[in-house]
Amino acid sequence: MDTSHYFEQVRASRVWRSIFRSGTGTSTLHRSLAIQQNVFLHLFSTKVRRRMLSFSATWYLGTLTFGTFLLLVATGILLMLYYHPSVPQAYADTKDLQFVVSSGLFLRNLHRWSAHAMVFLVFAHMFKVFYRGAYRPPREFNWVIGIVLLLITLLLSYTGYLLPWDQLAFWAITVGSNIASAVPLLGKKIHFLLLGGNAVNANALLRFYVLHCMILPLAAIFFIAVHFWRIRKDGGLYAHSSEPAAARRRAPVAAATPREAQ
Amino acid sequence: MSQEKGKARTDAIDDLNRRQFFVKLGLGSLSIAAAGTTVFAYQFLAPNVLFEPSPVINAGKPESYPLDSVTLDVNSGIYIIHAQEGFFSLSAVCTHLGCVTAWKPELGMVVCPCHGSKFRQNGEKIEGPAPKPLPWKHMWISDDGDLMVDRSTDVRPMQFVRV
Repeated sequence: MDTSHYFEQVRASRVWRSIFRSGTGTSTLHRSLAIQQNVFLHLFSTKVRRRMLSFSATWYLGTLTFGTFLLLVATGILLMLYYHPSVPQAYADTKDLQFVVSSGLFLRNLHRWSAHAMVFLVFAHMFKVFYRGAYRPPREFNWVIGIVLLLITLLLSYTGYLLPWDQLAFWAITVGSNIASAVPLLGKKIHFLLLGGNAVNANALLRFYVLHCMILPLAAIFFIAVHFWRIRKDGGLYAHSSEPAAARRRAPVAAATPREAQ
Repeated sequence: MSQEKGKARTDAIDDLNRRQFFVKLGLGSLSIAAAGTTVFAYQFLAPNVLFEPSPVINAGKPESYPLDSVTLDVNSGIYIIHAQEGFFSLSAVCTHLGCVTAWKPELGMVVCPCHGSKFRQNGEKIEGPAPKPLPWKHMWISDDGDLMVDRSTDVRPMQFVRV
């Protein structure tokens, strides 16, 4: 039985064609349209050099970072079903997730380890981009967006740290919010607004919860979309060999080893 | 003929001015609205009522604190100290980043668990990252003879309460 035949039938059906308008076929045009006419994929380049998809070109660090982000969104939404951001319940709910809820321990640990991995991968991605020189014009603005995403990642880590409501969380946020109050002139006000009070208490827990589960993830999604879109707008993934020879001579280390993808 | 031309030109200028006027009016209104929104946002984000413990602490009878003792009240973050000169209250909140310190009787000093700041019994800093000494808190005797401490009021050091 030829399954690809059935797949082609589905792709040719009226319903499928009403959703995916690029049409069937394996021609370059059809494959380009499949990317271009998809709301998610149209952020990316229609065509990518094959060598840019190799591991050595990017080590897939950006993609892996996005992967951990998706994992964190998925596990985070599930954790929200059992977690109450209130002083009497937060710690008990965290313990319930570990010891009472089916698969709760797995989901919580997956969320925690993904969070650690995301911070690590963001830095690894930045080091890779930095040492390859991929931050240089015309990609300098995408580097700035990357910095914004780094800050959002760190803020997500920081706000998530309070939610278990244990001693470690309480004192870490006490110390961290007191660092914020060291800002000249506005420090005390920032501290007060951040915590919704003078000390880490019920208001602070709720504010950090809202920041962690709504405001920061939405900001992250927004900037991730711009970040991906800018890759296409700035001429695709950075390949050293695609630069003019004059530009390559200015970077002596890379010029000495003319590899395909830098 | 030339009059008509002149009229057309003033019309054009009037039209331009009108447009500029409305652009300015629009931008001005938007700026006022933005400023208002900022004020409202700040007011909304700053809570008007706080469900936080009162800054005034009733520390109980002076007799319950033996001479030369340092007692930490963890929940309110203050020390009640009965020294030779009298009673006083010291903030237990580290001036570095706000951790609650601990009195170490074997060392005879106040030590912060977070970043290792050390203080004397009278609040003076010995070492560590703390930028300031631990402040003395306003202490008095209530009409019922209880020791009272106002955590929100700092006083100059060496103001002892004698019973």
